[in-house]
Amino acid sequence: MKHKVSTTVNGTRREHEVESRLLLVHYLRDVVGLTGTHIGCDTSQCGACTILVDGKAVMSCTMFAVQAEGKQLTTIEGMAKDGELHPLQQAFWDEHGLQCGYCTPGFIMAAAYLLSQNPNPTEDEIRRGLEGNLCRCTGYVNIIKSVQSAAKTMGGAKAKPAGRPAVTAGGE
Amino acid sequence: MIPAAFEYARASSVEEASKLLKTYGEDAKVLAGGHSLIPLMRLRLAQPKALVDINGIKDLDYIKEDGSKLRFGALTRHVTIEHSAVVKQKLPILAEVASEIGDNQVRNMGTIGGVVAHADAAGDYPTIALMLDAEIVTNRRTIAAKDFFKDIFTTPLAADEIVIEVVFPVANGPHKYIKFRRRLFDWAIVGAAAQKMNGGWRIGLTNVGPTPVRAKAVEEALHTGAKPEEAAQHASDGLNPSGDLRASPEYKKHLARVLTKRAIEQAE
Repeated sequence: MKHKVSTTVNGTRREHEVESRLLLVHYLRDVVGLTGTHIGCDTSQCGACTILVDGKAVMSCTMFAVQAEGKQLTTIEGMAKDGELHPLQQAFWDEHGLQCGYCTPGFIMAAAYLLSQNPNPTEDEIRRGLEGNLCRCTGYVNIIKSVQSAAKTMGGAKAKPAGRPAVTAGGE
Repeated sequence: MIPAAFEYARASSVEEASKLLKTYGEDAKVLAGGHSLIPLMRLRLAQPKALVDINGIKDLDYIKEDGSKLRFGALTRHVTIEHSAVVKQKLPILAEVASEIGDNQVRNMGTIGGVVAHADAAGDYPTIALMLDAEIVTNRRTIAAKDFFKDIFTTPLAADEIVIEVVFPVANGPHKYIKFRRRLFDWAIVGAAAQKMNGGWRIGLTNVGPTPVRAKAVEEALHTGAKPEEAAQHASDGLNPSGDLRASPEYKKHLARVLTKRAIEQAE
């Protein structure tokens, strides 16, 4: 039996009929067509599939699409605006926060949640906040630098009214 | 990995959820946070015929002070318990336990009712519930924690019975929970909890058998004046843990003794 699921993905309303067993990550990738959210371990350990659900970091491989009914979803595709990278994306680029890049969307979404809860985290708080994400290139040092750098930029943006706002619930 | 097909229904009240569970019968499962159930379903270690999603039940997500007790609605997420001012003040060990479950992504979804009902021997809340004499309230009755954790993944819950609340006594004396694991977000290989309460110690152990364990021999030794390191030698009394990929039975017993000693010594 199929179920209707209505969500808002990166600000756009989506409505589909899905099987109850369809995982949210498969829904995003195969039904909506947003392949930026990656499947890493498929066992709820690596965090590669992290997205924001109503502003909270969630593993989209550990939720069924039917559970997303009525929710605001933000994926990596919802981060850049008007051709301009989100400060986290820019910082990962500038600080070499990615090597192969496979884990990067998950790290960026987990970091976006972290900064929404704690705009100025210490290095320890960043390490702890990203404990649910694995980088098999083991590029953790630069990932932490990237988040520190983004926190600075986003803090700066907050001080200037014309700057871009920090990511918020729902992304938009 | 794709789970086997199942029927899915959303319940908007406890009564509706219970009715749905009754309709679907023994093979139905309640879906709360889903962070134990969905991984098991993906591996097809669990193949429920139906899931009854209780996340839409509005009045099951709360923390209430009730005299000398704290009442936790079954859908209260770990992240809420971790940051709750009242829990930090009245039952700080539970806030600390919540903050060490999985990672942010897990804590944003996982629920206290789900952990208790799932009754995984490696779950952390069950240990605290058992050692503090918590009560598990269902839509039918109230069950003492000591009568609730029957065996691994086994509770007295009937097929259409739902955990709606977990009730802990207030305990804000010295306390410590130590969870031994290889990676931050792992389950405990072994966990040990110590809580000073009503002038005595409560000692609990995680993942050293099919159910959580209250180390009464340690409590008794401390009561009669033994030093922490002497008392902690009793932590493995009567334990018969099974070995797994991460630890042999002997190693788990060793960890029980060492972690119990540390938990008592580090309690504050």
